[in-house]
Amino acid sequence: MGKTDVWQGTLALMILKTLETLGPQHGYGIARRIEQTSGHKLLVNYGTLYPALLKLEQEGYIKSSWGVSDNNRKAKFYQLTRTGKKQVEREAREWNETTAILARFLAPDKA
Amino acid sequence: MARDDIDRELDAHLAHAVDDLIRTGLTPEDARRQALLALGGVAQTVDAHRDVRAGLFDSFLHDLRFAARMLRRNPGFATAATTTLALGIGAVTVMFAVVSGVLFAPLPFPQPDRLVRLQERTVQASQYGNLWAFAYPNFVDARRDSRSLTLAAWRPSGGIISGPGTADYVDAREVSPELFTILGVRFTQGRAFVPADDSPSAAPVAIISHRLWQDRYGGANAIGSRLTFDAKAYTVVGVTSSDFTFLGADVFLAIGQDAAPVLQRRQAHPGIQVWGRLEPGATIDAARSELSVIGRRLAQQYPDSNAGRDFIANPLQANVGSLRPTLWLLLSAVAVVLLIACANIASLLLARAVARERELAMRAALGASRMRLVRQCLTESGVLGVTGGALGVAVAAAALRPFVALWPGELPRADFVHIDWRVLLFAFALSIVSSMLFGIAPALRTPATDVDGVLRAGARSVGGSRRLQSAFVVSEIALAILLLVAAGMFGRTLVRLSALDPGLDVHNVLVARAGLSPSLLTEPAKIRAAWADLLVRTRRVPGVRATAMVDTVPMRDGNNQLSYWTSAALPPPNQQPLALATSVTPEYLDVVRLPLRRGRFLDEHDQLTTEPVVVIDDVLASRAFGAGDPVGQRLWVPSMGAAPVRVVGVVAHVRHWGFAGDDDASVRAQMYYPFAQVPDVLLRRFSQLMSIAVRTDHGPLGVLEPLRAEVRGGANDQVLYEVRTLEQLASGSLAQHRFLLQLFSVFAAIALLLASVGLYGVLSYLVGRRTSEMGVRMTLGATSADIVSMVLRESLAMVAAGFLLGIGGALAGARALDSLVAGMRPPDVTTFVAVSAVLGAAALGASVLPAWRASRVDPLVALRSE
Repeated sequence: MGKTDVWQGTLALMILKTLETLGPQHGYGIARRIEQTSGHKLLVNYGTLYPALLKLEQEGYIKSSWGVSDNNRKAKFYQLTRTGKKQVEREAREWNETTAILARFLAPDKA
Repeated sequence: MARDDIDRELDAHLAHAVDDLIRTGLTPEDARRQALLALGGVAQTVDAHRDVRAGLFDSFLHDLRFAARMLRRNPGFATAATTTLALGIGAVTVMFAVVSGVLFAPLPFPQPDRLVRLQERTVQASQYGNLWAFAYPNFVDARRDSRSLTLAAWRPSGGIISGPGTADYVDAREVSPELFTILGVRFTQGRAFVPADDSPSAAPVAIISHRLWQDRYGGANAIGSRLTFDAKAYTVVGVTSSDFTFLGADVFLAIGQDAAPVLQRRQAHPGIQVWGRLEPGATIDAARSELSVIGRRLAQQYPDSNAGRDFIANPLQANVGSLRPTLWLLLSAVAVVLLIACANIASLLLARAVARERELAMRAALGASRMRLVRQCLTESGVLGVTGGALGVAVAAAALRPFVALWPGELPRADFVHIDWRVLLFAFALSIVSSMLFGIAPALRTPATDVDGVLRAGARSVGGSRRLQSAFVVSEIALAILLLVAAGMFGRTLVRLSALDPGLDVHNVLVARAGLSPSLLTEPAKIRAAWADLLVRTRRVPGVRATAMVDTVPMRDGNNQLSYWTSAALPPPNQQPLALATSVTPEYLDVVRLPLRRGRFLDEHDQLTTEPVVVIDDVLASRAFGAGDPVGQRLWVPSMGAAPVRVVGVVAHVRHWGFAGDDDASVRAQMYYPFAQVPDVLLRRFSQLMSIAVRTDHGPLGVLEPLRAEVRGGANDQVLYEVRTLEQLASGSLAQHRFLLQLFSVFAAIALLLASVGLYGVLSYLVGRRTSEMGVRMTLGATSADIVSMVLRESLAMVAAGFLLGIGGALAGARALDSLVAGMRPPDVTTFVAVSAVLGAAALGASVLPAWRASRVDPLVALRSE
């Protein structure tokens, strides 16, 4: 019960951020990394991961190519594009603003 | 390819997951199984992936294929639904094509929206209203002064062509030269009129229609040749192109060549129509204000004729008479039929949706989203709708011409009625809307949340769809009642109207307009002699019993309304009562067998030199003289001169406006006056209007040829035209009612059939779903009769609800019908009793089988199937 499905809207940002941090990475690696970073509180179903990856690719934020993984397996590697890098910055900024605003609402009354 | 790509990627993902699990110490088999379990359905991911990749279109194609497969697997349902829909959409499409062509097709002239029609308007309204045709001098002045409009005038005319070819009557128009310009008329040969043609001193010229040119000139060069029209020689200067038809006119003359005094008088309004075309850049509002300026100036200049008179302009529209309400009525009626068809299909679909609940729940459990299922259902009904719509267009294409041909009389603007892109677009929209109508309810029933509830409940859940289905049946019944009541009203009305006394004996009477030799129309004495001669000669034809002349024939178009008063102190014109005045020769009484109530009819002694006399009908007698004896009294009829006329007799009222229209007509009183007393100055005009009426021993059309031969005369140029029997006219006056009755009967029958099928379907369905319940009831002691009455009660509830709703709607609809169709009466008890009897029988028929089937349920079998 402890694990929640990742929210659709935030998954894109997590993927982008993961790729920014790790560099080129395959889908499985992205999923693992997100789960680890969340302290295993998030579960990335590949039913949501791959459509999200495809959508990001269609939007031009990431690009993909086939390569060989550390396990010596063929896998599709994703990496950020130039617009993708800008998108990470923009989304991160917006997200920070949003959470900051929300934090003020949720913070105990200081007055 | 893309599919392979995602498969390979998912394989890689799985392989990585398995590697990780093996690293934690699992065997490869366990690792693989656990990885699969953890990661969810592969197919689902591929599906979601495809949704992102290809968007809606791909899944739409998929839905489409699936829908087609579902329908193919249920040929019975598919056939029933598409046939119902095809008939419904076909009927609505036919009516829409008629409405679109007759009411909305643009006039067949270039830029028709720039054309306007002008009328004179007076401040004072007379008993005829306050809008008038133009006085010719007013037209001439307006044409000269208007900058925003090119104005043209035309005036109905007609006469006998005596050469080339045999003598015959043709319709003609006197027109001003601009008419051809503003209507953009093209010419097969020759030219339009030019201003130089438009004066009394110009050489007489004529333009002929393409049809006349084919008939009389055989399509050879006609320009410069001679045309003898009403005994006057014209030179043909133009032949209009074949696509120009102007209300059936075959000859066009220049109005400016007509030297008739009536055209020179500003007080006279001899039926001159004025049309105009807006100049480029001019608006109709600009034209209107300009016209009112011109009107005011003329009113100052000619106060005698033009005081309180100005000119108004309105967009030119096709004249379709009183057809508009009838067409809308029929379109609404077929729309009701289509609605019933949709309700029927909806309840069929709903039944299927419930039967498919498990299938849909299964698909939801396998990962189909709710949206996806709704879309799937809507695609299925869309496929049904579009298939039905396509078939419906085919039905409409086949039925359109026969329907137009069946129209009583002639459908105006029938040439414009065809299936064009507008109609096709309408039919397409109609099929989509219909499929949404019948598809939305079943689609919304797709399982939302309680998937495993449905799966576990098996086939037993009846749920909310039962109420919904009953609602469909109830509305079908209500709509069917609407049409049944309408059909009943038409039936009752027709029976009532047919039984009315037309006031004369319509059997064995022939009436035809008679055109005297134009050469005789020169002096009054010759005209009178010619008519007398015509009467004598027609009476000689074997089989003819009596012959008379008459100007306005009962139940035929055309009448002459004159005002009258019972003393010399006449009230203002707009308060004088009106009567239908008919000019006849004495034998008319015998020809139409008019019952004489009092006094005498007109006779041979009533001449120009004797006292002017009239014979009046019952209606005029009671209106003017109450209970007193009218014979010997006097009436003042301003149009017949300042001196009063003597009433010498009273005859029965004749239904001049036809069986249907007469009771509600605004002018019903009638008077007859002797043709012999028509003053010399009017004689020529009257002679162009007279008809002969002939009573025969046998079928009146049998004497037509001998009559024609006898009428033809020495110069071979006297003709009979517009030949009718009084029976045809009488029956024609009910033709529209008969036609509407037939259509509404068919609509009502279809509606009733559909509603019965719907009722039957729902009852069978409910009974089927409740088989085990019946079994339990019977085990607990219910008899077959109990079960039958239970099912019948169920049916009765739906029928009663539909009936009440329908009657409510019908009462409202009846008021509309009443105002739309002449001679209608509100629905009476008989109509409602008949309607309930018909409905009851149909409902019983639809319920018996399901009820019987329910009562035959074997309790053991029913319970075992649990």
